[in-house]
Amino acid sequence: MAAHNLKHALFCAFITLIISYPILGFDLTSRGTTVVLEGVNTTTSIGVLAAVIIVFLFQYFRDSVMGSLRQLPAINPLANREPMEQSKRLKLESILLTLMIIGALIWPFIASRGAVDLATLVLIYIMLALGLNVVVGLAGLLDLGYVAFYAVGAYTFALLSQYYGISFWFALPIGAGLAALFGLVLGFPVLRLRGDYLAIVTLGFGEIIRILLNNMTSLTGGPNGIGGIPDPTLFGMEFGRRVKEEGNTSFHETFGIAYSGEHKVIFLYLIALVLAVITAIAIRRLMRMPVGRAWEALREDEIAAKSLGLSRTAVKLSAFTIGAFFAGFAGTVFASKQGFISPESFVFLESAIILAIVVLGGMGSQMGVILAAIAVTILPELAREFSEYRMLIFGAAMVLMMVWRPQGLMPMRRIHIELKRQE
Amino acid sequence: MLEVQNLSMRFGGLLAVDQVSLDVQEHEIVAIIGPNGAGKTTVFNCMSGFYKPSGGKILFEGRDIQGKPDYKISRLGLVRTFQHVRLFSRMTVVENLLVAQHRHLNTNLLSGILKTPNYREKEQKSLDRAAYWLDRVGLMDMANRDAGNLAYGQQRRLEIARCMVTEPKLLMLDEPAAGLNPAETKDLNQLIISLKEDYNVSVVLIEHDMSLVMDISDRINVINQGRPLASGTPDEIRRNDDVIKAYLGEA
Ligand SMILES: Nc1ncnc2c1ncn2[C@@H]1O[C@H](COP(=O)(O)OP(=O)(O)O)[C@@H](O)[C@H]1O
Ligand SMILES: [Mg+2]
Repeated sequence: MAAHNLKHALFCAFITLIISYPILGFDLTSRGTTVVLEGVNTTTSIGVLAAVIIVFLFQYFRDSVMGSLRQLPAINPLANREPMEQSKRLKLESILLTLMIIGALIWPFIASRGAVDLATLVLIYIMLALGLNVVVGLAGLLDLGYVAFYAVGAYTFALLSQYYGISFWFALPIGAGLAALFGLVLGFPVLRLRGDYLAIVTLGFGEIIRILLNNMTSLTGGPNGIGGIPDPTLFGMEFGRRVKEEGNTSFHETFGIAYSGEHKVIFLYLIALVLAVITAIAIRRLMRMPVGRAWEALREDEIAAKSLGLSRTAVKLSAFTIGAFFAGFAGTVFASKQGFISPESFVFLESAIILAIVVLGGMGSQMGVILAAIAVTILPELAREFSEYRMLIFGAAMVLMMVWRPQGLMPMRRIHIELKRQE
Repeated sequence: MLEVQNLSMRFGGLLAVDQVSLDVQEHEIVAIIGPNGAGKTTVFNCMSGFYKPSGGKILFEGRDIQGKPDYKISRLGLVRTFQHVRLFSRMTVVENLLVAQHRHLNTNLLSGILKTPNYREKEQKSLDRAAYWLDRVGLMDMANRDAGNLAYGQQRRLEIARCMVTEPKLLMLDEPAAGLNPAETKDLNQLIISLKEDYNVSVVLIEHDMSLVMDISDRINVINQGRPLASGTPDEIRRNDDVIKAYLGEA
C-alpha cells in the first residue's frame, strides 16, 4: 500500500513538474527582431518546486487528508438536526421571504450606486438560475448551453431597439418569447439524449449561438457588439439627462427634482426585482402543477412516466421552453442594464456559473438557488484583490462544498399535502 | 376487449415471442404463466407499446394498437406495472398518484399559475381520488413519505394504486406478488379480485405464484420458450399434460 502510494505520489509530482515548469519557468523576450527564450527569476522556480512538493505530499497522504475532509459534514452543526415541522417551516419561510422582499425594496435608496448596480446583476443571476433550475434541477436534463437563451433575450432587445427603435417594455415579452421559441426548437433534436450526451450537445448549441452572433457581423456587429441600447422608461419618462426619444418626457423634470444618475440605476434594480419575484412565484406554482410534477417524474423514471401516459416529448420540451423563457427575461434586463452587449458576455463560463449556482443551492430548491446566486455573484466582488484567482477560489469553493454538503446549501424539501379520508 | 393475434418479437437472432395469441374479455382476469425467460414480459412490452412487435396484431376495443407509442396506449386505458417496481422514488407517495392524474387535471398553464376556481376544483378532485386509493391500499399514513422509502410490499401496492388513479380499463400486472410474504400475497389476491368486481377493470397477470394464479384467474395462458403451450381455465391447465411436463412438474 505504502509503496503504491509512494509511486503514485512521485508520478503526480513528476507530472506537475513537467507541466508547470515549461509554462512558468521560461519567458519569451524579444531582443531587437528575434525572440529568445530565457529562464525566469528564482522565485518562480522556487514556487514551481513548492507546488511539486505540495502535490507530492498531498498525494502521499491522500487517504488521511480525504478521510479528515470527510469528517467535515459531521462538524456541520445543522447536519443531524431534526427537520422542522412543515407548518412551522412554511411560516418561517414566508416571514423570511417577506422581510427579504421589503428589505430589497428599501435597500437601493440607502445603498451606493455601485452596490445597487451589483444587486441588479444578482437579480439577473437569480432569474437565470431559477430558470435553469427547471431544466436541470426538476426535469433532470443537464443543459450546458443555457447561456444561449440568455443571449437570445439580450440580442433580441438590442437588435429590435437598433433597427426598429422598440422600447424595453415591448422587447421584454418578445425577447422572452423568442428565447422560449429557441428553447423549443433546440429541444427537438435532443429529445432522445440523456445525461452526458445531452450535456455535450447542449454545450455545442450554446457555442453555436455565440459563434453565430460573433460572425454575423452585418447584423449583430460581430465581436464589436451592439451599443446604445436604451434604458427602460417609466410611463414614457426617460431617466437620462436629456430626452432622446421624441414624445417622451424626462423623469427628473416631470417631478421637478434634480437630475441624478442614480434614478436610472434604482429604477432598473426595481424592474429586475419585480421580474425576479414574478419568476420565482411563477416557477413555484409550476412546480406544484401537473407540468412540474411531470418534469420530476420524468427525471425519476422515464419509463414509468411513459407508462402513465406522459409524453416524453411534451414534458421535455415544456421544461426547455419554460427554462429558456426566463433566461430571455434575464437577457433583456441585462442588455438594458449594460447598454452594450457583445458575444463576450455569453461564453460557456456563464453557463457553467449558472449551473454552479443551481448545484450549490441544491437542485430543485428555490430558496437554495436564490442564496447561491447571491453568494456566487457577490463574493468575487468582495474579494476584488484576488480577482486573478477568482476562478481558482471558485473551483476550490465548489470542491469543498461538494465534500461538506453534497446536497447543496438548502436541498429541496417536498411539500406535505393534507388529504381528507374518502368514503 | 383485448385481442392479441400471432404476436412475434425478435431480438436479433432470438425469437423471444413466437406466434402468441391471447384474448381478454370485459370483467375477466387472465394469467400468463411460464418459466423464466419464456417471453412473458416481452409480451407485455409489446402490448404496452414499449416494443414494436416484429409480427402479429394487437387489438384493443377493436382498434389496432401495435406500434402505437407507449403513452398513447396508456391513455386508451391499457395501463401496466413492472416486474421491477418503478416508482418516482424521490417524490412523495401522494405526488406519485398526482403525476398519474395529469390527464384529469389538464388545464392550461395560466389557469394553474393564477389558481382559477376551475383549476382548484379539479385539483381537489385529484387529491380526493389519490386519498381514496391510498386508503384502499392501506398507505394513507405514508402519504407524505418519499416513495423510495417505503417497504417493498408497500411499493408494490403503491404501483397498483398509481395505475388505478388513471382509471384504466385493462390493468397489466407483471409479477405483482414477487417478493411478497404470504400475508401480503393474500391481500394482493383480494385486491386484484376487488379491482375486477368493484371497479370493473379487466386484469392481465404474469405470475409465478401458482396458488395465486389458480385462485383468481378466469383463464390461463401458458407460454414456454416464446411459444404458446396451452390455454384454458385453471382446471384445464392443472390437468394438461404438456404443462405439467414443462412447467408445473419442475416447481
Ligand atoms: N430488449 C431485449 N433485447 C434482447 N433480448 C431481450 C430483450 N428483452 C427480452 N429479451 C430476451 O427475451 C427472452 C424473454 O424474456 P422475458 O420476456 O423477460 O421473459 P419472462 O418475463 O417470461 O421471464 C429472454 O431470453 C430475454 O433475454
Ligand atoms: Mg418477466
